Amino acid sequence: MEMTTGNTSPGIDLDDATRLELERAGVIVSQVDFLYNWARGGSVWPLTFGLACCAIEMISSATSRFDIARFGSEVFRPSPRQADLMIVSGTVTKKMAPQVVRIYNQMPEPKWVIAMGACAISGGPFKQGYNVLKGIDRYIPVDVYLPGCPPRPEAVLQSLNYLQEKIRNQDIRNDPAFTEGRRQYPIPEFTGTDLEPPYNPEVWSPPKNPNAKSEETPEKSVA
Amino acid sequence: MSGISHELVQQQFPEAEWDEVAGALIVAPEKAQEVAKWLLDHDTLTLDYCSNVTGVDYLERETKGKIINDAGEEETINKIEPGRIDVVYHLYSMRNKTGPLVLKQQTERDKAEVASLTPVWRSCELQEREIYDLFGVKFKGHPDLRRILMWDEFEGYPMRKDYIEPFDYEWEPTPHDEILEKHKKGKVFV
Repeated sequence: MEMTTGNTSPGIDLDDATRLELERAGVIVSQVDFLYNWARGGSVWPLTFGLACCAIEMISSATSRFDIARFGSEVFRPSPRQADLMIVSGTVTKKMAPQVVRIYNQMPEPKWVIAMGACAISGGPFKQGYNVLKGIDRYIPVDVYLPGCPPRPEAVLQSLNYLQEKIRNQDIRNDPAFTEGRRQYPIPEFTGTDLEPPYNPEVWSPPKNPNAKSEETPEKSVA
Repeated sequence: MSGISHELVQQQFPEAEWDEVAGALIVAPEKAQEVAKWLLDHDTLTLDYCSNVTGVDYLERETKGKIINDAGEEETINKIEPGRIDVVYHLYSMRNKTGPLVLKQQTERDKAEVASLTPVWRSCELQEREIYDLFGVKFKGHPDLRRILMWDEFEGYPMRKDYIEPFDYEWEPTPHDEILEKHKKGKVFV
């Protein structure tokens, strides 16, 4: 098998019938992408990290009743240096947000993030609270949004399946994990009322009002 | 029923005031530690467990009161009740299985300071820190008075009734309730 590094498809291009015939004869023909992503998707190791009530459901998904080990993710790593997946399970308070970003920065590539529950996605019922961050996607890129309050363990497993599907379709030649090195994002700092900056424009920006009347006063809008 | 007679406490400390409506014993902050120690060491009361410490904020308000004026007639006037903060302790006896006895310390809002009862009941420590954090009440004699929930740089006391939250509303495609009001007033950041 030839490994290609260009932008074209891998050197061997077989139809399924030929591939099966070869497999019967004991010859496996595959692409590096497929093998690599199959291996990565089958061993997504999450970080042992829970923030609120969603964490209880995440823990349940690892127990024998739901058994996340069926999908190869049973190894909850205690150190971010060994983890692939960060499940942000629960309310991210403004006090906790810098630590979450710091842990994300410490994770090696390839790394993925699941925002679990209404709070981690948008702040949920605590949105506009003085102490709650309005979604972790303001500071770090999120791969799978898992809604629910809290989501059932089955939903956690499904979100993992979605993530595995995403991993299977990744092109390793254009994967930021290999092209850019370890992704790190600035850690927000505390001020008197909020975090500074309130969001990282690199990964997130607030939705714009399409009916805003004038461009000259962008601070105010009339609905 | 609590099974604890407040009269027993008042016999020892006549200046302690019994609030019938709230069902609470009000003690002055200067006397609070003494009363607490006495309640803990008392032979029959033995209030050895402080289960809950919390704060209540009362803003300055107008109340109607009746007075007899110079002409000897009854007259209704508006009285101004100054604002205050109450610190409420719920005390139980593990030995006697009785409780709660509600103990209150009252303080003014501007320079809020009461006596810490952590030296008497260790379980007060974190809850008194929480009140310090969210109500801005200082606890005299507390061993480790720091913010506990909010970060150190945080300004203001969020559980006070006159706390104004930071304005950080953003535009939403489907506004409702509070945000809809802000939209109507044109006060939402695009």
